[in-house]
Amino acid sequence: MSITQQIKQKLANKIRDWHEHNPQRIYFSVNKKNIREVAKVLFKDLGLRFATATGVDTPKGLEIVYHFSFDNSGQMISVRTLIEDRQNPQIDSLAVISVAFEWIEREMWEMLGIKFVGHPNLKRLLLADDWPECKYPLRQNK
Amino acid sequence: MSHKVVIPIGPYHPLQDEPEFFQLFVEGEKVVDIDIVIGYNHRGIEKLCETKHFDQVAFVVERICGICSTSHPLAYVNAVEDLAKIKVPRRALYIRTIIAELERLHSHLLWLGLAGHFIGYNTIWMWAWRYREPILDCFEMISGNRNHYAMMKVGGVRRDIEDKHIPTLKKMLDEVLGAIDMFKGAVMDDPVIHARLKGIGILTRKQAIEWSVIGPTARASGINIDVRRDDPYAAYDRVDWNVIVRNEGDIFAKTVVRILEMHESVQIIRQCLTKMPKGEIDADVKDIPPGEGIGRAEAPRGEVLHYVRSDGTNRPIRHKIRAPSYMNVASNKVACVGGTISDATITLAAVDPCYCCTERVAVIDQPTSKKILNGWDLIKLSQEKTEQLRKLIS
Repeated sequence: MSITQQIKQKLANKIRDWHEHNPQRIYFSVNKKNIREVAKVLFKDLGLRFATATGVDTPKGLEIVYHFSFDNSGQMISVRTLIEDRQNPQIDSLAVISVAFEWIEREMWEMLGIKFVGHPNLKRLLLADDWPECKYPLRQNK
Repeated sequence: MSHKVVIPIGPYHPLQDEPEFFQLFVEGEKVVDIDIVIGYNHRGIEKLCETKHFDQVAFVVERICGICSTSHPLAYVNAVEDLAKIKVPRRALYIRTIIAELERLHSHLLWLGLAGHFIGYNTIWMWAWRYREPILDCFEMISGNRNHYAMMKVGGVRRDIEDKHIPTLKKMLDEVLGAIDMFKGAVMDDPVIHARLKGIGILTRKQAIEWSVIGPTARASGINIDVRRDDPYAAYDRVDWNVIVRNEGDIFAKTVVRILEMHESVQIIRQCLTKMPKGEIDADVKDIPPGEGIGRAEAPRGEVLHYVRSDGTNRPIRHKIRAPSYMNVASNKVACVGGTISDATITLAAVDPCYCCTERVAVIDQPTSKKILNGWDLIKLSQEKTEQLRKLIS
């Protein structure tokens, strides 16, 4: 069974907007409250490698795209989730699943102001110590 | 654990790539914890890319790293071509492969030299860098530049490899291949290097998966991944080559993986020079449509990932860049802890970050929280250990 079939089977009730840009690049959305469960299935059960995550400030809210790589077939599986609350954006931390998520969550926290609930060490990664609080460089609002 | 703030003595080189600061917490000889601080050279390139049009971004991302300066543009153009479904002429694909493999050669030689220096083999250092020079000369011949070649563009490459360049390239490859064999012998047949590098700085396969490491760091821990084979780009699926994998996970394995990879690189370039068809080197690219694309390239240090999102204007609205060291450096937390201080330098260097990384190391004695050593002391310690082993063995 191909990896896409396995994902569809294991996460059947959680996947929304399945989109194959081409056979190697697959995107789907999940509700943000399911993100930890979904990431756990992909990373632990199906053995996908976590590549990175992209935080994007969109008109609808703050979007996170988690990029997983399935190296046996070279497919990139990207999981999208949207945080609508711009004032107090929060999402479950995936760092409890694996340390691989730790740095990128710290980066998204400082760059976009997304709070990762349950992160063991949510402190600045890239920004200088004297960077002002609550100024998020990758936010689009002035 | 009360970790006190320590100011490093080691020099800061903000112009070099990937400056990091490692704080080693030690008890006597043993490393008990490590704190990794990055961000000294954060330049906001992702944000900057949002202000450049698609053609300019390739130049910006080229400046992320001075050593693997073609991997980022290559991953970026792969991403845009994925987004806009652009078909790249075949000749351009071969040229991309040649440039990327030349880069791997010079980068691995650079690492080999530094690794040699760290363990007290300064002859390896001098020889490795001597053979790196003709590779850089070839870059200058092809692109006009030794380091930032500016070869990649969306839809193709900027410059052709002309017929008159090929004999020089072939001659250089012969010369470098001889050198690689020499290094292979120097590393594989030297009992001191075996004693010095085997069994230290081990990253197990399980840990490597847990930390999601990539590139030679992963391949030395028994993980058979390589973007060039798994998700082929450029002309990698049109030439024969092998992915080098070792299972030990120690520094010796990482060294062997890199040396043998150079062999493969030479084979890839030779095949490309023979197989490269005549023809156009770039496609006519019109507007970039709205959408998103992911591009990957296997840099000398591992997978480079670029994610580009377009809203149909001439600039990306989001451009995410993930360099390989971002994943690899973090794994030092497990590779270093439990080892000794004299092994720390080479362990930290084994994931192939850049040399200023180790230069700014501070060692702290745990009970007193006093800083006792800086980067140069560590290199000296490391070299002394090799010297002791050498005496012991000979």
